[in-house]
Amino acid sequence: MFKRRHEPNHALTVYLDGDPITAAAGDMVAAVLLASPDPRCRATPVSGSPRAPYCMMGVCFDCLMEIDGVLNRQACLVPVADGMRIRRQPRPEPMALT
Amino acid sequence: MSPQYDLAIVGGGPAGMAAAVRAAAFGLHTVLFDEQPAPGGQIYRAIEAVAGGRPQDLPILGPEYRRGIALVEAFRKCDATYCPGTSVWQLTRELELGIVDAGGARMVHARHVLLATGALERPVPFPGWTLPGVMTAGAAQGLLKASGMLPDVPVVFYGGGPLLYQFAWQLAQAGVPVAAILDTGRRANYVAAAPYLPAALAAGDYVAKGLRLLNGIRRHRIPIMRGVSDFQALGNDRVREVAYRQGGTTHHMAAGLVLVHAGVVANCQLTQSVPCRHEWYGPQRAWRPVTDPWGNTDLAGIQVAGDCGGIGGADAAVHAGRIAAFEAARRLGRLSGDQRDTLAHPDRLAWRRHLLARPFLDALYPPSPGTLAPDDATLICRCEEVTAGAIRAAVRLGGTGPNQVKSYTRAGMGPCQGRECGLTVTEIIAAERGLAPEAVGTYRIRPPIKPLTVGQMAGLDDATR
Amino acid sequence: MTAGRDYDVLVLGGGLVGAAIAHGLTRRKLRVAVLDEGDLAFRASRGNFGLVWVQGKGRGMPAYADWARLSADLWPEFSAELEAITGQPVYYRKPGGLALCLSESEMEERATLIRGMHNQQGPKGYDCQMLDRKAVREMLPQAGPAVVGASYCPHDGHTSPLHLLRALHTAITQAGNDYLPEHRIEQLEGLAGGGFRVVAAGKTFAAPKVVLAAGLGNPGLGRQLGLNLPIRPQRGQILVTERLPAMFHYPINGVRQTAEGSIMLGSSQEEVGFNNSTSVDVLSRIASRAVRAFPVLAGANLVRTWGALRVLAPDEFPIYLEAPDYPGAFIATCHSGVSLAGAHALRYASYVAEGRLPAELAPLHVRRFDVQTAARTEPRAHRISGR
Ligand SMILES: Cc1cc2nc3c(=O)[nH]c(=O)nc-3n(C[C@H](O)[C@H](O)[C@H](O)COP(=O)(O)OP(=O)(O)OC[C@H]3O[C@@H](n4cnc5c(N)ncnc54)[C@H](O)[C@@H]3O)c2cc1C
Ligand SMILES: Cc1cc2nc3c(=O)[nH]c(=O)nc-3n(C[C@H](O)[C@H](O)[C@H](O)COP(=O)(O)OP(=O)(O)OC[C@H]3O[C@@H](n4cnc5c(N)ncnc54)[C@H](O)[C@@H]3O)c2cc1C
Ligand code: FES
Repeated sequence: MFKRRHEPNHALTVYLDGDPITAAAGDMVAAVLLASPDPRCRATPVSGSPRAPYCMMGVCFDCLMEIDGVLNRQACLVPVADGMRIRRQPRPEPMALT
Repeated sequence: MSPQYDLAIVGGGPAGMAAAVRAAAFGLHTVLFDEQPAPGGQIYRAIEAVAGGRPQDLPILGPEYRRGIALVEAFRKCDATYCPGTSVWQLTRELELGIVDAGGARMVHARHVLLATGALERPVPFPGWTLPGVMTAGAAQGLLKASGMLPDVPVVFYGGGPLLYQFAWQLAQAGVPVAAILDTGRRANYVAAAPYLPAALAAGDYVAKGLRLLNGIRRHRIPIMRGVSDFQALGNDRVREVAYRQGGTTHHMAAGLVLVHAGVVANCQLTQSVPCRHEWYGPQRAWRPVTDPWGNTDLAGIQVAGDCGGIGGADAAVHAGRIAAFEAARRLGRLSGDQRDTLAHPDRLAWRRHLLARPFLDALYPPSPGTLAPDDATLICRCEEVTAGAIRAAVRLGGTGPNQVKSYTRAGMGPCQGRECGLTVTEIIAAERGLAPEAVGTYRIRPPIKPLTVGQMAGLDDATR
Repeated sequence: MTAGRDYDVLVLGGGLVGAAIAHGLTRRKLRVAVLDEGDLAFRASRGNFGLVWVQGKGRGMPAYADWARLSADLWPEFSAELEAITGQPVYYRKPGGLALCLSESEMEERATLIRGMHNQQGPKGYDCQMLDRKAVREMLPQAGPAVVGASYCPHDGHTSPLHLLRALHTAITQAGNDYLPEHRIEQLEGLAGGGFRVVAAGKTFAAPKVVLAAGLGNPGLGRQLGLNLPIRPQRGQILVTERLPAMFHYPINGVRQTAEGSIMLGSSQEEVGFNNSTSVDVLSRIASRAVRAFPVLAGANLVRTWGALRVLAPDEFPIYLEAPDYPGAFIATCHSGVSLAGAHALRYASYVAEGRLPAELAPLHVRRFDVQTAARTEPRAHRISGR
């Protein structure tokens, strides 16, 4: 959905669902996601509907992703680091209601 | 806990930075917390990285953005302690701040607190606003500032307001095709705004800038539709097209990215959580803290400056930050009242002048009727996926205000804590009950207002033991 | 102005206690109005922990132990019927509940309490047993090494108190009765010839019976009928996380995963008067205990914390009575209004309808405080435990 205007000055590699992709120092995780072919970051707990980053300023909490093993981090506020492992979040297993 | 700082500032935008520079110059032991990794706030986001590493982006972002360079330089040089990457998740009446950074959570205590937490883009609910491919215009602009990224799919703008036109023009300059600007504004807005035009002309180059923008957009032959209503984003897993009504007919248009904007509103999350006293500010259809002319709230030692006290824009925020710093210096015994008044006078005049533009802008770009009263099927609470219809049903059941409605529906209980639904819920209840929004009230905001883990909270126990 | 309708009963207060009783009266086809305050009010019913709990309740008061157990027994029927009437889920589940012990001394204290309950309840029996470390870990694989053991009671369960309150309000109004928010009662008057007059929101309501179920507002209403109801607020602070994948099958005192998946941690017991704000010292202690019990919780994000006020009598048991000088005025005020909702809807409402409280509830009459010594009622400061 987005593309970079220029080659990054300091390129680094992060892993999105296991696949290596190039990021620039200073990018937020959500930016890297939005420059990937699939902008979706998660499925909601309530209905399982797909979401992508919406506000990019820490307000909406739609950009929640698993980053380096920690669930539900705001991808628009976390700067990338070399080797970072980023995962899209599936809908959490709902409670059994019986 | 004895105070570690004379002054704690929250927010490193124009207001916070300008305040820090002045306060530090008076010898106040000052700290500034900001959750972003670098200074600049919303408007000057990533300014150092752009100026230093991607100067090619500066012309697109324009001269206004460039103004931030000097501000940030002055801030970097001043004696205030700067804590980037640090969120403030709580503020108490006792002036204790709960902060969290990469190292964990801590409480810090200051003798005086200045909140400069800025603005949020107004939530604009419509069917499909949660689809991937719908973002705020500010979000996309932030990507350009922070990462030098531009859309590579057809862009449709929806809503109104200066930022929307500014960013459409920036995209056009950068060669990104903009399919259309779908403006909710109606002719009546011009009529309503006209009386404020003379004042706005006196405020500086706001009106001239706006006209230049419009001309630029026309030169790029971007279609502008006005009086748009019943807007929808359509698609399954992401946006494929939009539908809207204009001139009595429904139109469809392909879109890969929908950028939404309907102005900005004060970010009161922190002041509401304390809670400081707030008022409904009709012209901006939003809450703002009640303050005196120096930014003091009703609670001793808690001050606000910049857009979190009501929208004034970046230039006004700088002056408001300085004015607040003079007052903080007086409160902390560094200035007499007379000295404060004399020193603040030039900023006061400049601040007033910038604010002269607001009534015109507020009247020209009000939120559309569809934004304030969405259809029953539209999701209002993005987190808990609660529709306008469910909120109206809760009102009929007996939810006479946002807190009982929340309790009935879960609207506002998700991670964003009502930031994306609070204003709409208040408007819907007010409309249902035939009351003014002020009479309906707002969610009770509780800490932590920024994410904090159970482990980080637990760590505070060990720390205080 | 007089309210346009005739009512059989006016229920004063629309929290879980008033709403459950009003629902029970509605089931019996009585014409009811529930008068409640508005959006901002002390309303324990929207700030509580959601346990439907039996274990440990009623030590020193067999009548309450029996009543709590009766309510738990009624809950399945009560909730199923409520869901059927309204079409709204209340997410009641009854897998049995655990009270965790994080040290040997806690274990001993708990065992003593449970043993005491066994002795007290005698031949009626008391279904609650102590579990060792291993047994707990089998039920709660996430339990950390700090967990020494627990008590387990199969009658314990939990519900969504917010959905419950909504369903009750729905059931009441759906049947044609009135739930009237923004009707703070300004005046309550027992009439000479019997019956009551209530003024709220500038309107006058009249009915042969009233139920005082206004939580912390009950002392003020009681005074108007010559009653001294010794009720005080006690603050409880609670933390709640984001929605997480299902991990706790059982409700635990202090840790409960809701139907939505969020996890509630709580709650404190603080004597701070009418103050429902939060404080980091208490919240961090609750969090730290939760993380010791379940280390996996450390990484979960908190979405919100809050304080809410319990409605507490000096001995912490409910107060039920018909006003001696005003027949037809029934008082119902309690802690554990979630747990007791079953009994309030299916039993207490019937007593009100029939105009007589049974002998079993006599020990819970307010007159029990006339003979008690002050020492027994000294408020205890700042505890954190189950609830
Ligand atoms: C996306 C966007 C784009 C805008 N573009 C323009 C524009 O082009 N021109 C214009 O005149 N105005 C613009 N505005 C309006 C803008 O609010 C002001 O111009 C200006 O940025 C206000 O300055 P400020 O110092 O009050 O706040 P901001 O610049 O918003 O700075 C507030 C800072 O506080 C930080 N913060 C907030 N809460 C916390 C917390 N709890 N803990 C730690 N840090 C916190 C934020 O991260 C931010 O860095 C824009 C607003 C937005 C939201
Ligand atoms: C932190 C905490 C945790 C708890 N956990 C549990 C638990 O796990 N399980 C459990 O069973 N119980 C629990 N409880 C207790 C339970 O929440 C209460 O017992 C129950 O909600 C009391 O209901 P109520 O209707 O009596 O009071 P409230 O919910 O307080 O309702 C009283 C109502 O009366 C209204 N009112 C007051 N004065 C007036 C007036 N003058 N006119 C009109 N209306 C008036 C109020 O607005 C309010 O709506 C907990 C309580 C707290 C605070
Ligand atoms: S995109 Fe909105 S919080 Fe990250």
